[in-house]
Amino acid sequence: MNGFLAILQRDLRLALRQGADSVMVVAFFIVTTTLFPFGVGPEVNILARIASGVIWVSALLAAMLSLERVFQADYEDGTLELLTLSPVSLELLILGKVLAHWLTTGLPLIIAAPLMAVMLNMDQDGFVTLMVAMLLGTPALSLIGAIGAALILGARRGGVLVSLLVLPLYIPVLIFGAGAVEAALLGISATAQLQIMAAILLLALAAAPFATAHAVRQAME
Amino acid sequence: MHRFAKPSVFLKFTAPILPWLSALTVILIAAGLYFSLIGSPVDYQQGHTVRIMYIHVPAAWMGLFCYVGMAICGAMSLIWKHPLADICARATAPVGATFTALCLITGSLWGEPMWGTWWVWDARLTSMLILLFLYLGYMALVNAFDDPERGSKAGSALALVGAVNVPIVKFSVDWWNTLHQPASIVRMDGPAVDPSMQLPLALMILGFTCYYFVVLILRVRLELNERRIRALHLSGMFEDPETPASAKEQAYEAGHNAEAKQ
Amino acid sequence: MADFSGSDLTCLRGERLVFGGLSFSAKSGDAVMLRGRNGAGKSSLLRLMAGLVAPRSGDLRWNGENIAEDRTAHHARTHYLGHQDAIKPVLTVRDNLRLWGQLRGVRDLEPAIDRALTALQIHHLARVTGRYLSSGQKRRTALARVLIGQSDLWLLDEPTVGLDRESCAELAQLITEFRGRGGIVVYSTHIDLDVENPTILDLDDFAIPMVEWLAEQDDLEDMAPAKRAASSQEAAQ
Repeated sequence: MNGFLAILQRDLRLALRQGADSVMVVAFFIVTTTLFPFGVGPEVNILARIASGVIWVSALLAAMLSLERVFQADYEDGTLELLTLSPVSLELLILGKVLAHWLTTGLPLIIAAPLMAVMLNMDQDGFVTLMVAMLLGTPALSLIGAIGAALILGARRGGVLVSLLVLPLYIPVLIFGAGAVEAALLGISATAQLQIMAAILLLALAAAPFATAHAVRQAME
Repeated sequence: MHRFAKPSVFLKFTAPILPWLSALTVILIAAGLYFSLIGSPVDYQQGHTVRIMYIHVPAAWMGLFCYVGMAICGAMSLIWKHPLADICARATAPVGATFTALCLITGSLWGEPMWGTWWVWDARLTSMLILLFLYLGYMALVNAFDDPERGSKAGSALALVGAVNVPIVKFSVDWWNTLHQPASIVRMDGPAVDPSMQLPLALMILGFTCYYFVVLILRVRLELNERRIRALHLSGMFEDPETPASAKEQAYEAGHNAEAKQ
Repeated sequence: MADFSGSDLTCLRGERLVFGGLSFSAKSGDAVMLRGRNGAGKSSLLRLMAGLVAPRSGDLRWNGENIAEDRTAHHARTHYLGHQDAIKPVLTVRDNLRLWGQLRGVRDLEPAIDRALTALQIHHLARVTGRYLSSGQKRRTALARVLIGQSDLWLLDEPTVGLDRESCAELAQLITEFRGRGGIVVYSTHIDLDVENPTILDLDDFAIPMVEWLAEQDDLEDMAPAKRAASSQEAAQ
């Protein structure tokens, strides 16, 4: 457990010192969301209708954007090699890194989401559900994304590649995330969707660290 | 290749199978095509367009079959670290991707006269589209490394992760579809398949499966031979001291010019 | 009394055979120096010893137990210094070192970091961030990591790169002290490091011609006829 906290602390400190990453992710999210009204027109009804989907798709893309950096920097400067060789289980260290990634990218997105929902004229009934769904969905995105980020270590053109690998795997989160908000807007209970999202999160939590650790070890060989 | 899977064993084992399998493939597909294009009745509603089904359904089957095959190879690579498993997975992907694309294209050709539109966000079509994306991701990953072995290993891990995800994706797409589409939409599973259609379907499915194995064997042989050549290059065996490089070059030049003059 | 040995090790990088049939043995207080031309597999052998890469054949044993059986235990007793220094440019030297101490579960970490920094004479740099360090200072920081926490085995891959003459002498001194405490050191270097009577392991001795290896692994029936005579004996086996 000490190792988990140590790596979490270091990654957070790194993010704090380097700064830009979180801000960039949120900025990307806001800019992408802003593009949609230009594409579909400023009509309030249409925007309100597509708001939940637009917010989710933008969040997905923003979360994916920062994925490449989760392991890449550590891979390049030899840190990942030493993490693999440390007497703490690699799965635990990866969980620490993923948590740090979520705290620096997923959490800011959740905070920025209601703002974009207001700008897209989403009905207020959906706000709480949107935030709960994102709270369940974004950690799953970080966990699943980490597998992709580890697989591309050492590959040419890693950034584009990771999106091709990871985006199809994000579809369930998108479907149930947007579905939950839509149900809430229609006045139906969104419990089912949220429960399925929780199940996806738990499954990702159980399986992703092992798959990621396997991929990292492979990259070290 | 280096530890267990001696290429020679694979090559020896498959050499006698290959001609038989090829012949079987040709016979099955020829018979299948005869029954599906000529020997089967015309559907009373769909007319001749129903014949698209005899390509479409086997292609869909092959798309799934190849992905399952890749996942099994991925598992074998993970558990036994058998290099041949990686190579098989790698050789399967383009075949599976092609069949999945074929399934989507024929589905769209079928959909135009039937539903009046080229594309419907039907649960099955959408799932197949995502399957195609998974294939493309796998192929991009496998080819993105300078060391082919590293690419194959990463690909095997991805195939396994994908296999865990496929049922979840399928389930969520079904959910999404029922949420967004009224039940009245024409679905592909219409009336039960008539017995007269079952024979050509079965023949085509078998034929496609045999075709896959023929291609698999050929592709694995190709890959093994490529590795062999690379290994021999690394060993420096091609630097033959008896014929100096300049002499070879001259010979090449001579041949080249002679050809050009003709 | 610890004992670290390897028997019949074969290593492949990518599809290239690096070395084969390599064996060695080292006891507490021993130093093993790896020698060999470029590409002979010095780094690969050190990575095998660290447990980063599994050998294609053969095994590595610590006190008779295969290191693959209990990787955590092996990682806990080993310090590995690779080509890269693993120093984050935005963190201070102390913060950089702290992570590795925490991962090894070192008690009284701050004094331990102080001692390591003093030993390498970079204590004055403790609060300097990584980006302002020279390459020699980075290397010394990486070496300081090796001094933090208990360990029985040092695997040093070209530790002298970027170090000046005095620092090399200090490194030799640190190695002597470590051996005095019963540690085993395996290192590779291309300059003379003043280490007392090291066991020399020349990797060129274990290079196997690729053709022979292929002949052993593969059936060469359909290969170039000119070479068949040379390899047919192995192929027949």
